[in-house]
Amino acid sequence: MLIGGWGQYPLVEAKVSSPLSGDDLQRTIKTREDKAYIARGLGRSYGDSSLSSTIISTRYLNRFHSFNEKTGVLTCDAGVSLDEVLDTFVHRGWFPSVTPGTRFVTIGGAIASDVHGKNHHTVGAFCDHVLSFRILIANGDILNCSPSENRDLFLATCGGMGLTGLITDATIKLLKVESSFIEETTCKARNLKECLELFDTHNSAPYSVAWIDCLKQGKDLGRSLLMLGRHSGQGGYDDLKKTALSIPFNLPEVCLNKLTVGAFNALYYGRIRKQTQERHVHYGPYFYPLDGIGNWTRLYGAKGFVQYQFVIPKDAGLEGMTRVLDKIAKSGAGSFLSVLKVFGKGNDNFLSFPFEGYTLALDFKVSVQTFELLDQLDAIVQDYGGRVYLTKDARMSDHVFKAGYPQWEVFQSVREKYGAIGTFASLQSRRLGLDAGR
Amino acid sequence: MKKVLIIGATSAIAEATARLFAKRGDQLFLLARDQKKLSVIADDLKVRGAQNIHTGVYDATGQQSSEDIFDKAIKQLDGIDILLVAHGVLPDQKACEISVGDTLKAFEVNATSVVAILTYFANVFEAQKKGSIAVISSVAGDRGRQSNYVYGAAKGAVSIFLQGLRHRLAKSGVQVLTIKPGFVDTPMTAAFDKGALWAQPEQIAKLIIKALDRKKSVVYTPWFWGVIMLIIRSVPDWIFHKTRL
Ligand SMILES: Cc1cc2nc3c(=O)[nH]c(=O)nc-3n(C[C@H](O)[C@H](O)[C@H](O)COP(=O)(O)OP(=O)(O)OC[C@H]3O[C@@H](n4cnc5c(N)ncnc54)[C@H](O)[C@@H]3O)c2cc1C
Ligand SMILES: NC(=O)c1ccc[n+]([C@@H]2O[C@H](COP(=O)([O-])OP(=O)(O)OC[C@H]3O[C@@H](n4cnc5c(N)ncnc54)[C@H](OP(=O)(O)O)[C@@H]3O)[C@@H](O)[C@H]2O)c1
Repeated sequence: MLIGGWGQYPLVEAKVSSPLSGDDLQRTIKTREDKAYIARGLGRSYGDSSLSSTIISTRYLNRFHSFNEKTGVLTCDAGVSLDEVLDTFVHRGWFPSVTPGTRFVTIGGAIASDVHGKNHHTVGAFCDHVLSFRILIANGDILNCSPSENRDLFLATCGGMGLTGLITDATIKLLKVESSFIEETTCKARNLKECLELFDTHNSAPYSVAWIDCLKQGKDLGRSLLMLGRHSGQGGYDDLKKTALSIPFNLPEVCLNKLTVGAFNALYYGRIRKQTQERHVHYGPYFYPLDGIGNWTRLYGAKGFVQYQFVIPKDAGLEGMTRVLDKIAKSGAGSFLSVLKVFGKGNDNFLSFPFEGYTLALDFKVSVQTFELLDQLDAIVQDYGGRVYLTKDARMSDHVFKAGYPQWEVFQSVREKYGAIGTFASLQSRRLGLDAGR
Repeated sequence: MKKVLIIGATSAIAEATARLFAKRGDQLFLLARDQKKLSVIADDLKVRGAQNIHTGVYDATGQQSSEDIFDKAIKQLDGIDILLVAHGVLPDQKACEISVGDTLKAFEVNATSVVAILTYFANVFEAQKKGSIAVISSVAGDRGRQSNYVYGAAKGAVSIFLQGLRHRLAKSGVQVLTIKPGFVDTPMTAAFDKGALWAQPEQIAKLIIKALDRKKSVVYTPWFWGVIMLIIRSVPDWIFHKTRL
């Protein structure tokens, strides 16, 4: 079947197998005829991280094993989604310690990308809350990994984009919460400088993220809304109301041009009247605003889109971000959503994306101009010693990757040790020079 | 809190339905032929909130006395409110055409075993004058088609049997629900290419729970299969025979 990542670019013809159990999975790997496999969870990575001509889907590895109501420690299959974790545990007072901006990711996918949330500056990344996991490696064995057991494989697998093996199940720690609600404070920033200052002022807020209007230039460059949040003690436990609003078909490309995006952004910014505004909101709209609109990617038309997310060190902040935003504003390429965040300290995982600094995520329609623009942005990011997020990437060159992830050689040596090279490979790993072939 | 017995509990559709029962805190007894699979599912359902959960082995082609198994299940549950029958196989039509054995085996799993189950439980539910019997049949039972009539005939037999049972149990206040899914993306259909008409097991599960709650008799899941099958049933033979359905 023809299959793509969330951005629907690139698309590949692939054979997808869906093992029914851990045993079944082990059989698949032991009796494999095809050379290389890549794991796939819910396919929310944007580019080619979960793509290959032979894909193993974890859709049937989706069972909980055990849960400790006192400690919040959960053991479950790698194919369990955060959506199911939320559905099952929020009303019992437990929340994922780290959640990305969509609840439709699997635990395996969250580990493989070492995903971050709006609370990275206070609690770190997803894998900082993973106590252990089990992974099927190339020879068909299943190994236990934790920060103390098979540590090298743990560090390589967390953030390792599925390139070390197939995670079968994991033990993670959930966060105690008192309700399903969030106390949200939104602050207006007239420009980038104000925005970064606001992040500093509010660095003790558990959650924070800023939405940037990328079309603004000059003195308005970086006009933004900073959204802070903390779990509320009020409101009780309400299940998430799942809306069925969805975009039924790919919209013609003209729907997303400078004018419409500009109008959208103006409306969004104008919605907040006062300098700061407070809201008591359900966790759904707070963490997962896009999950309410099924198939929103169709807004980008049939050719698909790419997301570009990078991080640059804190001291490069204002200057680096200004250069990037300036470039984008001048290009007029419409980014529908541009999200800025402050990262706290990074962890030891070889390919984890976050390190202390500023990260910005932008969407672009697939086009020749976009790819040219992104190459220019790569150069700026590289200038400041930054890196680009692998789980969003579909086009970075191997040079840019290797410069951004200086531990890639350690990563490769661990892959080599566990026989992963050439056995667990994706289109992305080939493009980045981690596996041979195309 | 309901007392629910599921037969064929390792089926993807049954498991998705069991999760919804578990979340609302029901008490569950699961029967299927593979104990290892059952234990994994039982652990999962416990975490999801099932109050009390038991499992037992049942094979639709087995020689064991199923009455003993059912007796035990009802005893363990201390009664029964809902019975859900879900097991089934999609036989290779072409293989069946040249093998009486294959054809009869498919009938045994999809039809006669279900008839045996229903004969036993009809009496239990009739005596207690309450509760729900739900069976997963299929849209394939609505009209015989060259590509799939062995499966279709067995499902058709189940649908008619249920129709009669519903008539009989109406006066006892027992719900008899015939569930007719269209294409569902499960291990049974792993080999098929999936298009727009395909549903996920979670979606079917929700519709099953809704139909149980609303005391429905027959449900097409999703609903549009009711329309599709109405058309397929109404096409005259002389046209139908020109299709490759
Ligand atoms: C709307 C939206 C918002 C997002 N917001 C954020 C955000 O705020 N922060 C953030 O960090 N990310 C974010 N993401 C990205 C997303 O969290 C990651 O791409 C995540 O990895 C997707 O999980 P998945 O289960 O869909 O994995 P897939 O996309 O299927 O796979 C992603 C990678 O994980 C590997 N993988 C999957 N399962 C396994 C397994 N069992 N064993 C080994 N490897 C495996 C795959 O091989 C692949 O390399 C967002 C994505 C979307 C669509
Ligand atoms: N998928 C569809 O498109 C579709 C459409 C219409 C109707 N249905 C019906 O829906 C029901 C559930 O199917 P599904 O789609 O969920 O498929 P599934 O996951 O493959 O489930 C089939 C189930 O039947 C069980 N089974 C097979 N032979 C058996 C036997 N001899 N004894 C006991 N159990 C046996 C299997 O047990 P094991 O786990 O041990 O193999 C499995 O639990 C079936 O009745 C099917 O006919 C399905």
